[in-house]
Amino acid sequence: MSDEFEHKIETKADTIADAGSVTSGSTAGIDYVPAHERPDQELYHSHSWWTTYVFSQDAKYIGIQYALTAIGTGLIGLVLSWMMRLQLAFPGLGILEPSSYYQFITMHGMIMVIYLLTALFLGGFGNLLIPLMCGARDMAFPYVNMISYWAFLLAVIILLASFFVPGGPTGAGWTLYPPQAITSGTPGSSAGIVLMLISLCVFVAGFTMGGLNYIITMLQSRARGMTLMRLPLTCWGIFTATVLALLAFPALLVGCIMMTLDSLLGTSFFMPAMISMGEHLSYDGGSPLLFQHLFWFFGHPEVYIIALPAFGIISDLISVHARKNIFGYRMMVWAIVGIGALSFFVWAHHMYVSGMTPWFGYFFATTTLIIAVPTAIKVYNWVLTLWRGNIQLTLPMLFSLAFIVTFVNGGLTGIFLGNVTVDVPLSDTYFVVAHFHMVMGIAPILVVFGAIYHWFPLITGRMLNEGMGRIHFWITFLGSYAIYFPMHYQGFVGVPRRYFEIYDSPYIATSTLHLNVFITIAALIVGAAQLVFLFNLIYSARAGEKSEKNPWKANSLEWLTPEMPPGHGNFGKELPVVYRWAYDFNVPGADKDYIPQTVPPSEVRSAKVEKT
Amino acid sequence: MFPLIVAHIFVLIIVASVAFHFWSPWWWTPVASNWGGMDDTILLTFWVTGAVFIAVCLFMAYCIWRYRYQKDRKAEYKPEDKKLEFHLTWLTTLGVIVMLAPGLVVWHKYVTVPEDALNVEVVAYQWGWKYRLPGEDDILGKTEIKFISDENPFGLNLKDPNGKDDILVDSGDLHLQIDKPVKFLLRSIDVLHNFYVPQFRGKMDMVPGHVTYYWLTPIRTGDFEVLCAEFCGVGHYAMRGRVIVDDEKNYNQWLAQQITFEKMLAQNKIDNKSLKLVKNIE
Repeated sequence: MSDEFEHKIETKADTIADAGSVTSGSTAGIDYVPAHERPDQELYHSHSWWTTYVFSQDAKYIGIQYALTAIGTGLIGLVLSWMMRLQLAFPGLGILEPSSYYQFITMHGMIMVIYLLTALFLGGFGNLLIPLMCGARDMAFPYVNMISYWAFLLAVIILLASFFVPGGPTGAGWTLYPPQAITSGTPGSSAGIVLMLISLCVFVAGFTMGGLNYIITMLQSRARGMTLMRLPLTCWGIFTATVLALLAFPALLVGCIMMTLDSLLGTSFFMPAMISMGEHLSYDGGSPLLFQHLFWFFGHPEVYIIALPAFGIISDLISVHARKNIFGYRMMVWAIVGIGALSFFVWAHHMYVSGMTPWFGYFFATTTLIIAVPTAIKVYNWVLTLWRGNIQLTLPMLFSLAFIVTFVNGGLTGIFLGNVTVDVPLSDTYFVVAHFHMVMGIAPILVVFGAIYHWFPLITGRMLNEGMGRIHFWITFLGSYAIYFPMHYQGFVGVPRRYFEIYDSPYIATSTLHLNVFITIAALIVGAAQLVFLFNLIYSARAGEKSEKNPWKANSLEWLTPEMPPGHGNFGKELPVVYRWAYDFNVPGADKDYIPQTVPPSEVRSAKVEKT
Repeated sequence: MFPLIVAHIFVLIIVASVAFHFWSPWWWTPVASNWGGMDDTILLTFWVTGAVFIAVCLFMAYCIWRYRYQKDRKAEYKPEDKKLEFHLTWLTTLGVIVMLAPGLVVWHKYVTVPEDALNVEVVAYQWGWKYRLPGEDDILGKTEIKFISDENPFGLNLKDPNGKDDILVDSGDLHLQIDKPVKFLLRSIDVLHNFYVPQFRGKMDMVPGHVTYYWLTPIRTGDFEVLCAEFCGVGHYAMRGRVIVDDEKNYNQWLAQQITFEKMLAQNKIDNKSLKLVKNIE
């Protein structure tokens, strides 16, 4: 689709025809693809059950391993959130101690952000889709890719082990702010926090191995003719997110290492002179704000590490199921890249009231609101893709529509919090909790579900059950909206977050506390509805309706493998050759309503493909 | 039929959200400081973002129904529309400027402390509050965490003469005078805390080793709850205090009852009685 490529067609057409490699001169002209740049990848061929399914070097299996581990860990996070919600709604029952409440919020937050969403989008969908969508046989470095998964599993095990050490897991809040994270007023301030920090370090190491793979594969192993501007937006989202992660995670890593040293060796990177339980501690001269800067320099890009793959995936789902090309593809690519770049200049909007110099507020409020512009463009382009489309209300489409509602809602409340003045009364209240759950909890999770319903046939060769899927969809979407929309209003009242118990404070009407009961009941129902989904996964994988090849009539390469599910090496003997972008739906003049990426122009001569 | 139902459900979500906004009983407490401007900025943001939310979602619901799948329908094939994209971009930019500019003006006021503001030091500890006011010299004495002891709970530097007449309010309520601007100098002796009174709107973390600040002018008398708004350990939720806004007469009466640092030191010597530094929650 790029100008440069069209240019090549004109200049090189004659040379190719002369070489006599193709029979018809005119076909050669319009069916030009660049030559192989390197020999076909030599794959590792496994010979035993262990090396095929357990220590697998095949990105598809690694992706599924990542996904199952992430989802399993996420279910623990879900149960923790139930306990917290029960405590908030029924404080009189004494379900939790304050210390376990704080341990649960911490573990819930860290599990959901890092070990579920980051691992699932990049490790799970990245591994499954990147080689297939780019037309590669596997990741560039399969062995390193395997190690990446096992490092992730090790990180999860270390994290969960902290439930069983003396003092339990850390209760420092998922932001792990020192000094309280490693002083005695906080649960898990000795063993728990150290295990958390080590687990994060292992996660970062494992992620770096995977991330280098994703980037290099996308840059080096694309099929012939797959220019960057022909990549599906899913790839663009995952690519940019991985670049962000490789730049942002080092900040987290050094922060974790420095805090581990503060905790174990008594250094004072983040620890000022202070008093704990009436005793002067031996720390002196460190800066708690330094940790916050390191944490949020990682933490804000982290939001986009989750959001960008979701943006990419949702663009593909909407396009396929609305049978229409994604609107403004190039704008979408530049918006992803632009958001990624800007995300490194907004971190201190998490710190407006942290005590850093208030003069930073002007700068970070401005950069934060600038990021709203490319984000808004993406939203417009999604709904403009629906406009004049031919919308099939399949499960992936339903989840996509729900994503748009929750993402727009959560994105707009982000404008409240990004605008420094508005942040002052709302920060550290339930408004923040509602905002980030809507925008980086519910919205990406809806994308995850949509993506699983969409790509399940690619993994198992069977369709997920539609009836169960619809029950799951409506309860999850309406239920989670019912949880988080009213929660914003608790924030307006001024109910602070991270409160084990609110009490009957004079400024809080009793009805606010009743709202907690409603939210908790909704949360229990939404959580229980996930059992339907899990059952559907297991049931459909074994006994679901057999899927035809390319069940959604999509154009991208993952559906064009000789076998479905794709076998070892993905594409059989010959790697695919790409002639067009992934969005040629309902092209005027074409017989069918879609033209897969591998169809050469000579086969669809009457199609009026627009050159952008 | 299904597309019609789905489109209606999406419309219903928008209608319910708007209805909830206008008729739910949950809204902010009446403001008790000069920071009504923050509320106004929130309202402005509400109108702009609310309009966008309603427009995008209703347009989407319309598309769901209007462009529902029909076997013989062809979707439009139009990869780009530069003009439309350009107009949407500048319109969005305009909306952002409308929200940001007034916000920055209010922020500027928030960080510019009036010169006549009364300095009041708030000291936070796990898990409670105490306060220090300047004495007749209008200057707060220097402090350091390492000077803190049972006899000197605020950590005042004994060599600094300005500290002698400082008024210490240990574990009591803070009183403020109505219509008098006050600058809170925020200190913590252990972990992060945040001095937050919902009705005042203002907020700022307290960081050990730093003195942070914000200012406000109380505009109505009353009795307000202080909450800690930065997670500070297991007792965080119970770290409450009280601020009472008085008229001039009651304020002066309260002020006269407080003791100075010098008096406290003298009293310590006589009674050999020490003021307890840290109170754990029972």
